[in-house]
Amino acid sequence: MSLEKSEVDTISRLAAISVDATEVDQLTAKISNVLDLFQRMEAVDTTNVEPMSHPLDQVQRLREDVVTETDHHKQYQKLAPAAEKGMYLVPQVID
Amino acid sequence: MTWEVVIGLEIHAQLTTKTKIFSGSSISYGAEPNTQANLLDLGMPGQLPVLNKAVIPKAIKLGLAIGAEIGRRSVFDRKNYFYPDLPKGYQTSQFSFPIVDKGGVVEIEVEGETKKIGVTRAHLEEDAGKSIHDAFPGQTGVDLNRAGTPLLEIVSEPDMRSAKEAVAYAKKMHELVQYLGICDGNMQEGSFRVDSNVSIHKPGTPFGTRAELKNINSFKFIEQAIELEIERQIEVLESGGQVVQETRLYDADKNETRSMREKEEANDYRYFPCPDLLPVVITEEDIEAVRAEMPEMPDAKRKRYVADFNLSDYDAAFLTGSRAMAEYFEAVVAKTNEAKVSANWVMGELSKSLNQNGLDVADSPVSADMLAGLIERIQDNTISGKIAKQVFDAMLSGEGSADEIVENKGLKQITDSSAIEALVDDVLANNTAQVEAYKGGQEKMFGFFVGQVMKASQGQANPAQVNQILKDKLK
Amino acid sequence: MHTLSVKEMSEKLRNKEITSVALTQHYLDRIDQYDGDLNAYVTVTPELAMEMAKQADDMIAEGKGGLLTGIPVAHKDIFCTLDVKTTCGSKMLDNFIAPYDAKVVEESRKLGMPILGKTNMDEFAMGSSSESSYYGATKNPWDLKAVPGGSSGGSAAVIAAGLAPLATGSDTGGSIRQPASFCGITGIKPTYGAVSRYGMIAYASSFDQGGPMTRSAEESAWMLDVMAGFDERDSTSLEQPKQDYVSTLNNDIKGLKVGVPAEYFEAGLDEGVESNIRAAIAELEKLGAEIVEVSLPNKELAVPAYYVLAPAEASSNLSRFDGVRYGYRCENPTDLNDLYTRSRSEGFGAEVKRRIMVGAYALSAGYYDAYYLKAQKLRRMVRDDFVKAFEQCDVIVGPVAPTPAFNIGEKSDDPVSMYLADLYTIPVNLAGMPAMSVPAGFSNGRPVGLHLVGPYHSEAKLLNVAHQYQQVTNWHQQMPESYQ
Repeated sequence: MSLEKSEVDTISRLAAISVDATEVDQLTAKISNVLDLFQRMEAVDTTNVEPMSHPLDQVQRLREDVVTETDHHKQYQKLAPAAEKGMYLVPQVID
Repeated sequence: MTWEVVIGLEIHAQLTTKTKIFSGSSISYGAEPNTQANLLDLGMPGQLPVLNKAVIPKAIKLGLAIGAEIGRRSVFDRKNYFYPDLPKGYQTSQFSFPIVDKGGVVEIEVEGETKKIGVTRAHLEEDAGKSIHDAFPGQTGVDLNRAGTPLLEIVSEPDMRSAKEAVAYAKKMHELVQYLGICDGNMQEGSFRVDSNVSIHKPGTPFGTRAELKNINSFKFIEQAIELEIERQIEVLESGGQVVQETRLYDADKNETRSMREKEEANDYRYFPCPDLLPVVITEEDIEAVRAEMPEMPDAKRKRYVADFNLSDYDAAFLTGSRAMAEYFEAVVAKTNEAKVSANWVMGELSKSLNQNGLDVADSPVSADMLAGLIERIQDNTISGKIAKQVFDAMLSGEGSADEIVENKGLKQITDSSAIEALVDDVLANNTAQVEAYKGGQEKMFGFFVGQVMKASQGQANPAQVNQILKDKLK
Repeated sequence: MHTLSVKEMSEKLRNKEITSVALTQHYLDRIDQYDGDLNAYVTVTPELAMEMAKQADDMIAEGKGGLLTGIPVAHKDIFCTLDVKTTCGSKMLDNFIAPYDAKVVEESRKLGMPILGKTNMDEFAMGSSSESSYYGATKNPWDLKAVPGGSSGGSAAVIAAGLAPLATGSDTGGSIRQPASFCGITGIKPTYGAVSRYGMIAYASSFDQGGPMTRSAEESAWMLDVMAGFDERDSTSLEQPKQDYVSTLNNDIKGLKVGVPAEYFEAGLDEGVESNIRAAIAELEKLGAEIVEVSLPNKELAVPAYYVLAPAEASSNLSRFDGVRYGYRCENPTDLNDLYTRSRSEGFGAEVKRRIMVGAYALSAGYYDAYYLKAQKLRRMVRDDFVKAFEQCDVIVGPVAPTPAFNIGEKSDDPVSMYLADLYTIPVNLAGMPAMSVPAGFSNGRPVGLHLVGPYHSEAKLLNVAHQYQQVTNWHQQMPESYQ
């Protein structure tokens, strides 16, 4: 199954990953190969099979509603590429 | 044929927990930027969510209150998109299997007509952070304190046909979540947010394309925004145009709605079950435990006040206006056993003083116990109603209980007949002309004598006794 | 010292014949000497290691700690390590000094196990060769032309070359077992949920599972005892008492029912691998095991299902790398979209980008049912095959990989051929069951691993079988000549 150029654009946008014009053909081919692999699933009859999201049949455990975290923003913001006045900075967003 | 308006609401109610839905960070309002954003909230690699226990019974409460099915096995999904206030690049929400499932209904009343509005579902999700656009030139600041705050998103059916109905429903839900104690309802702080989906169509034809109105923080503005949007859509359609599916922001200053920058392509959120979280299973016992501690709902309360307390519809509605008010009133009645008198005091002096001081009934300086103590002194004739107001003011300024104030100020009612007789005799002796006039047939002079006796007693004489003694003496 | 077993080291430490400081220094020296060629470490932490070694010696002197106190360890660079660079093999995290410890690291620290450093890996654990690391390919100590396998190739190589006595790894589709097989060491992927994922950088959350990589099964048992256990910070952590992995090692395996699936010996299996595995099965028989034929009919579906589900989860898990709060950020972003797109495009390598894109595609409108949901259903079918097979046997055996280590560069341009080579390991991750790779010989001079798969929570049994096998074989004790 081969991927359309427009589909590559869509995925690229959804994934926030750009595809260089020089790599687009190669990438499309490689992803298409992966999709061919997926095609092997098509013929399998999965009627009445429940989808499986987790390996184990467990249910969600719950946490007490108790504050356990303290303020470390100065420490954490040392990791940030751009932070000022306690805030993370990104290029201006126009709402 | 005229246009029919179709409105559905999505309400985000912030749940009253101490911590975030998936982390132990505080959610207290107004903290310095990012001081409540910890490892998980920042989307640090390898950090994992664990669900806050407190959100489950709160969601079930809403479900029970509106008669909806409770999702016995609800699942958290990821809604994927990039935005600076969304640190993980996805919002954890419930898409396919919400905790409050179908079947919910609330009743609203608009212009004397009652109408049932369906509630499609309500699901748990995490809030996003905040973007601050005006603090840094050319840049946007991101504060993730709010990221991860637990929300219950309550989605209505498109059952409303006017802005008034939409507001009535929103108010009803606002009252309900506060009654249930699951949300503080503070719209200014964003604890209760209403998004309206508005469309118009001709009856008998499919629904029109809807626009979503966001960012509205008062009921008044919700009504205005919807009205404006309806007008706008009618104009668009009648001039041959088409309504575009979009999000519009309401600008209260300009009283207009405007389109948010349109995304070139539609969003594709790629929902899928969050692999870091497991299904939330709710048992019959869990539901019964919540049911056992459900508060009485406002509608039921109103009906009970009218039936059991013989109160008017107006009084019943006033006293059930908030859960705190109703609890206060019921605490007073429990001691006084006098619903009407208690209602008058709560709705009169108490509410007046709270309003003047901008206080909520929960923060009243005069507790329900204190007010009941005052009413009891009226009932047992220790003080008169007039003196009671004086005592109430003293309680308000913190001078103690009714008994203490009556004692300290010597306000106890005079019920000693001989003492009252002496006062009456004095008054009659000093007002011979008026006594003559009364005896000559001017019966309305009676009130004058009562007034004089009360004045002489500094308001403390028992009015009933004063009346009786006066009548006897003037025969 | 590096030729001692960990058990011997532990005894010598406690008998004060050696110190942790000396032992740790010895490994640091070896790293200095050998890692230049191997490139198995992304980060070596000599100061931290020596400081911890001193503390460990104090603990031992005071009679504190446990059997592994003082024994150095290398952590896969997927485990966040407080105040140590944690890169996950990616440029994206080249500047990321983790502000906290993963559960696994925390436990080893508590016990006083000096941290030698962080081992190289395929970027974000996406790969089977350790070639996709931003820090360059790790080489196989048995043959520098060969890959060490992946994604935990660095950990496998440091054990094989004697550059650490113990290491941690993680296994999403075979990432502990396949490199263990390629490097001739022992590794176990525990039951999903047995080892906390807290602080382990996620690739595909419903598959990822940490585990030990060591020379012998006994060492794996000791190390797993440190790594496993309930952690309230991980919602998927198993809430049950930890198994005793150690005391059952010496149980004999007479009457053990060993399942051999015909599907594991089909075309495509390297002859040298097959003969070694057959020999290993014969060895188990000699130990008293009973061979049972079992069937895993849906094995073929596992690879496509996995390559839908794992990238789908990854596409979401890796969205947090956006250049805002930590990690790589592109120069001079013109707007928000440019910030995201360029930071991610420049920060991620080719295979990671491909998997993110494939995953986003599999979840996107119109494909969700055909790909994602279908794959989830196949996942159940594959799991049910195992459940059924384990009604007839106690463990399933076969090869870990169809071939011994391939050459560096051999498959790097053909992702699908690399994916298909995971055909034996992937089904186990879909099911979430425990499995091991145990050294079982050589094919053309490159190691071969025996795959032992067990039902849920059977780690102790698997380690017992492996240990018994290692009592009668010495494949696990062999070391490549140039590192002896």
